[in-house]
Amino acid sequence: MAQDLDIIFKKYRQGRREDLIPLLQEIQTDHGYLSEEAIIRVGSHIGLSTTKIYGLATFYDQFRFFPSGRIHIKVCNGTSCFMNGSQALTEKFKDELKISSGQTTRNGNFSFEVVSCMGGCYHGPVIMVKDEYHIHVRPGQLPDLIKKLKYIIEND
Amino acid sequence: MEDLKRFLIEKVLLFESDTLPSATEKVLQQLRRDKTDVPVIHVSSNTSSIIAGSEKTFNAVKTYIEENEPSALAFRVGCSGPANYEPLVCVQVPGKNKLFFRNIIEEKVEPLLNSVFHNDIIEEDLLGQTGSKGFELWPGIAFVNELPFFAHQKRIILGNCGCYDPESIEEYIARGGYSTFVKTIRHYTYEEVCDIIERSGLRGRSGGGYLTGLKWKQALNTSANTRYLICNAKESDPGSFSDRTILESDPHRLLEGMAIAAYAIGASTAILYLKSGSDYARSRMQKAIDMTREYGIIGHNIFSSGYNLDLIIKTEPGAFVCGEETALINSLEGKRGMPQLKPPYPTTSGLAGKPTVINNVETLMNVPMIMKNGPEWFRSIGTEKSPGTKVFAITGHGRMSGVVEVEMGTTLGSVLEHIVDGIKDGKEFKAIQLGGASGSFITPENLDTPVDFDVMKQKGFGMGAGGFVVIDETSCMVDFVRYYMEFIRNESCGKCIPCREGTGRMLEILESVIKKPSSEDSGTTLERFKGVMQLESISTVMKDASLCGLGQTAPNPFVSALKNFREEFEEHIFDRKCRANVCRGLRTFSIDVEKCTGCTVCAGKCPVNAVYGTRLQPFFIVEDKCIGCGICFDVCKFSAVIVK
Repeated sequence: MAQDLDIIFKKYRQGRREDLIPLLQEIQTDHGYLSEEAIIRVGSHIGLSTTKIYGLATFYDQFRFFPSGRIHIKVCNGTSCFMNGSQALTEKFKDELKISSGQTTRNGNFSFEVVSCMGGCYHGPVIMVKDEYHIHVRPGQLPDLIKKLKYIIEND
Repeated sequence: MEDLKRFLIEKVLLFESDTLPSATEKVLQQLRRDKTDVPVIHVSSNTSSIIAGSEKTFNAVKTYIEENEPSALAFRVGCSGPANYEPLVCVQVPGKNKLFFRNIIEEKVEPLLNSVFHNDIIEEDLLGQTGSKGFELWPGIAFVNELPFFAHQKRIILGNCGCYDPESIEEYIARGGYSTFVKTIRHYTYEEVCDIIERSGLRGRSGGGYLTGLKWKQALNTSANTRYLICNAKESDPGSFSDRTILESDPHRLLEGMAIAAYAIGASTAILYLKSGSDYARSRMQKAIDMTREYGIIGHNIFSSGYNLDLIIKTEPGAFVCGEETALINSLEGKRGMPQLKPPYPTTSGLAGKPTVINNVETLMNVPMIMKNGPEWFRSIGTEKSPGTKVFAITGHGRMSGVVEVEMGTTLGSVLEHIVDGIKDGKEFKAIQLGGASGSFITPENLDTPVDFDVMKQKGFGMGAGGFVVIDETSCMVDFVRYYMEFIRNESCGKCIPCREGTGRMLEILESVIKKPSSEDSGTTLERFKGVMQLESISTVMKDASLCGLGQTAPNPFVSALKNFREEFEEHIFDRKCRANVCRGLRTFSIDVEKCTGCTVCAGKCPVNAVYGTRLQPFFIVEDKCIGCGICFDVCKFSAVIVK
């Protein structure tokens, strides 16, 4: 893991302030989240205090500080999906997985987040499970979907 | 490939006259695939159609070709607009007009292609044909551009969308692309370009409607050794996707617009500021930039003109407020994306303290066309003060949905009637929500408002980034306002107090209006009444005292909903009723004794055990226990549960 960071740092060798966000973005895409270690290392590379970096990263929605689950679920909450009932989906996910948006289940299997518009406005509500889109989702379909996903994880 | 590249550069881009020799034209025709000897199949491919399954369709087309028509070609093209027809497939048989088919999912590919190649068209999925001279007509099939959805549009910005393969620079050049940019840098000075754009009357399309030419001049006239051009493609209003469609369907035109704009202000760096999460748009733009670099259209000393330009993509890390100019610059500088007090405006002191011009995608898409056809041409379109066209992203309960472009001056009613084609499922039209989270509601009596910056401003409507949400009677306006307020509350950056505290307080009050109180004693009721009275004064304070546009416009949806749908608010507050039956806290359920068979399903599913009864006898719901979740309503097979 430390190796990866070094490779990423090499791309931003000068360590300027304006490189901070691209750097964090790249670490996030690579590792899936920003670990404590990563933030400290970025701090010493850019020459900024860790609190400042943490303050910046928490300001933006994109950054996560915990690893996402084996199956990451995104629920769209754009206007169109909202009009077609995406909030009921969010509630259902909360009930079924016993976590709220942005969290990961304790066994590390599931995580879900509510995102603003994913771009499939006509096909709402849209959810994305493991990079695969599901359209026109009804809350009643979710228990079966989750059961199926649990089965996939167990047999992986 | 190298030969083609040299040919396109020497014979097309650097060719001095406007009319190309017929030999060149012939090659371009081949590239544009105007005349083909083999069947060509186009599959629409952008985020929206991928969600609808266009990638699977494309793979199915490929498999079909391999098995049955090895000579045929298949391409991914951008999106031509109608989102409810996706995935859209276009088939061209040699010598005949192009045929468009809608909603072609994976399974439909084989029967469809079989039918086209055997001259026996399946009418069910057919959209229409497009024709040009010298091609054989399909008898009895309507023309696509005569369909109401397309016939009432004026497609200038979207002209290329859905027509060509966005990953092929050759095709874009064959359609006349980049030659305008090359002519501009070889024949015009910076000032001349600014002049032309100013004379054309092009106004910024992101909402404010500031004259683009004037903005450029301000940056050009500020002395500095470096200037920046930023294209703001951070379209983060929930439910607006027009910029994304443009980026994915016609990336090269945007790059050309950016390049001309950068030249006009003498900038050597242009930054494309993308929304986080739009990976598909990013990969298409990156490919487009790489190709232009390969062709030498951007880079060092472009075509020996002495002009250098570099184009980079930056992805925004996820904050709505970064759409504001100063916040955007802050986030590019690696700081928290918080807005700053203006002036100084970015045109005098922007990124790294240098003059910076920030333009919206739609604005820049107009630039190549204006440079090509002249400012008078542009002035002839639209209204006197707002020339040109406007792109809308239509969503909601309309029969049609998608990205459309109309001439300025068209009334909203005509967009609704002709392009959207009325409301789905025969429901009643309620309002149009224009301009996203900071926009306002347009009711039936205001449908005669033309799309025009000044008229709309006068009437108090913001056009915003072009979100156009059609709302029917099944939506609750109070819930809608609460949704927008929740969004803004989450996105408020927290720098200034009116916005940070105001949005939070407004959301709190709106929630108390739509939620069922735990005990309906005088205290909570009084609180609710008091709160609602405060909403109006909070909105006034926020409008006057917030630092940036986000806070100033945040109360807009509420103010306009209260103005137009006051009775709905009053019903929620005093009668505790939601006429659309959307607000869960206010719903009450009861069981129709006549219809109930006593199957016990609802009683078993009720999470709070509020349904009582004996098996095979009618059940009843205890209202005090009911939390209004609606599960009993969903599970009842005999429609015995009634919502009020």
